[in-house]
Amino acid sequence: MATSLESTESRDLPVLDRQRSSAVLTGTPVSRSIWRCASLVACLGLWQIATQYKVSLGFVTMANVPAPTEVAQAFWHLLHSPKLPMHLFASIMRVLVGFSAAAMVGIGFGLAIGRYRAFEDTLLPSLEVLRPVPAVAWIPLAILMFPSSEMSMMFITFIGALFPILLNTIHGVEGVDPRLVATARSLGTRGLSLFSEVILPGAAPSILTGLSIGMGTAWFCLITAEMIAGQYGIGYFTWESYTLQNYADIVVGMLLIGGLGMGSSVLVKRLGLMLMPWYRLSEARR
Amino acid sequence: MNIALTEVLTEVLTDATLGRVDVRSLSVDVGLSSERFTALDHLDFTVEPGEFVCVLGPSGCGKSTLLGAIAGHVASTRGEIAVDGERVEGPHRNRGLVFQQHTLFPWKRVIDNVAFGLKMSGLGLVERHREALALLELVGLQEFEARYPAQLSGGMQQRVEIARALINRPHILLMDEPFGALDAQTRRMMQSLLLDVWARMRTTVMFVTHDIDEALFLADRILVLSRRPARIVADIVVPLARPRDDESTVAAEFIDIKRRCLALLREGT
Repeated sequence: MATSLESTESRDLPVLDRQRSSAVLTGTPVSRSIWRCASLVACLGLWQIATQYKVSLGFVTMANVPAPTEVAQAFWHLLHSPKLPMHLFASIMRVLVGFSAAAMVGIGFGLAIGRYRAFEDTLLPSLEVLRPVPAVAWIPLAILMFPSSEMSMMFITFIGALFPILLNTIHGVEGVDPRLVATARSLGTRGLSLFSEVILPGAAPSILTGLSIGMGTAWFCLITAEMIAGQYGIGYFTWESYTLQNYADIVVGMLLIGGLGMGSSVLVKRLGLMLMPWYRLSEARR
Repeated sequence: MNIALTEVLTEVLTDATLGRVDVRSLSVDVGLSSERFTALDHLDFTVEPGEFVCVLGPSGCGKSTLLGAIAGHVASTRGEIAVDGERVEGPHRNRGLVFQQHTLFPWKRVIDNVAFGLKMSGLGLVERHREALALLELVGLQEFEARYPAQLSGGMQQRVEIARALINRPHILLMDEPFGALDAQTRRMMQSLLLDVWARMRTTVMFVTHDIDEALFLADRILVLSRRPARIVADIVVPLARPRDDESTVAAEFIDIKRRCLALLREGT
């Protein structure tokens, strides 16, 4: 009894502390969000000042960094340029193809590996060897392997998204409560319906996490691949801006990359939660 | 009672000769190689069709292993189990299983949880929902058909579990401490509900518990197991009249058997 009391206390105390200190600074939720916005504005202000006065610390210099105002201008300009949809379309297509392939392979293999020892022993060793190799390290080999640079970039995206999806699927399958499987079998479930009725939905929350992480790494890998091998795409645009000395466009490219990556991860998460209305409920009870 | 329910119940009323369990010199070893131990040691007993048998024993003595073996999830090491003359070789829809808690499918609504067994035997949506609704009515939850399990209390979840196991018209219902996680009041309510359902359906029930009062309140017969490796130390007939209520639990016979069980469990532990 004493130990359990202690553990609840130690769990609760930091929370209490946080609440108190935040109350000192801000208080109500509304003033908290005002505070957060102010912090963002302050950052932009610092950036503006640093670039305007070309601050240089010797080892790092802001002399060539575009100011936020220049970035905003460049962004406005790009919005009205026919190049933007072209770049966006190229990048989004590559991510879609690479990510979808990774989702199919990752979930399919993950279900089989997580459930059957024979698959685990056959497939997992080689996958484990490949896993620590960062997807970006595949770029030279991918260029050699695929005659079209388009395919090689999709392949890099695929590799990047594959492992988070695969590993989370395996983890999810292994985490399915064996009593649920026993119950289903006692109710007459056999063969493939055990997968569709119990294993897949049981692993779904974990698979969703994998898909969401995989979407992030897919963008990360694609951007790198585009900088090296691309002719269109947001990554290519960003690198091209550097070589053409359109420094403001570099930051525009960075912001677009961030926005696209975040947007698509949120989209994956949203879609997943829409398909699993029960998930929020069972989370809330835990 | 509405028409649908009466209809289902007449269908459900199982053949009075079905649900016989024969356990012959059953031994079960569990665990992996070095940690392997004997959980059940030479068990011999028979359960008659329609009988309500409680398996009572100290915690961790192997009661659940026994139930798992009869369900077909745990392989027997020696001896054999037969249900209605057929050797148990794996799980079967004739042997329904109810666990302590959280084994409803959280991603299925209540009605689809209950209808699951019928879905697995290929019945159409309309038909299986009709039967599931009738069973939900039997356990008093027809208004909760569209909820998800997480939206129900623990007691309600167990009622759904019972309905789900019953929809396959099992010859035998195996229950592994199904009310163990409920508070005392809900537990007594659930026990009465179970007896009520059983009185109507007359399926064989094997009910594992470590609660003497629960075993006495429910059972026709109590099998008392010893500590690991489990052997049967007593096979006690409970002569209390049915239907039972709170009064039954203060009857002289009740106290008498309770004293005996307490002594047996004390020796066993």
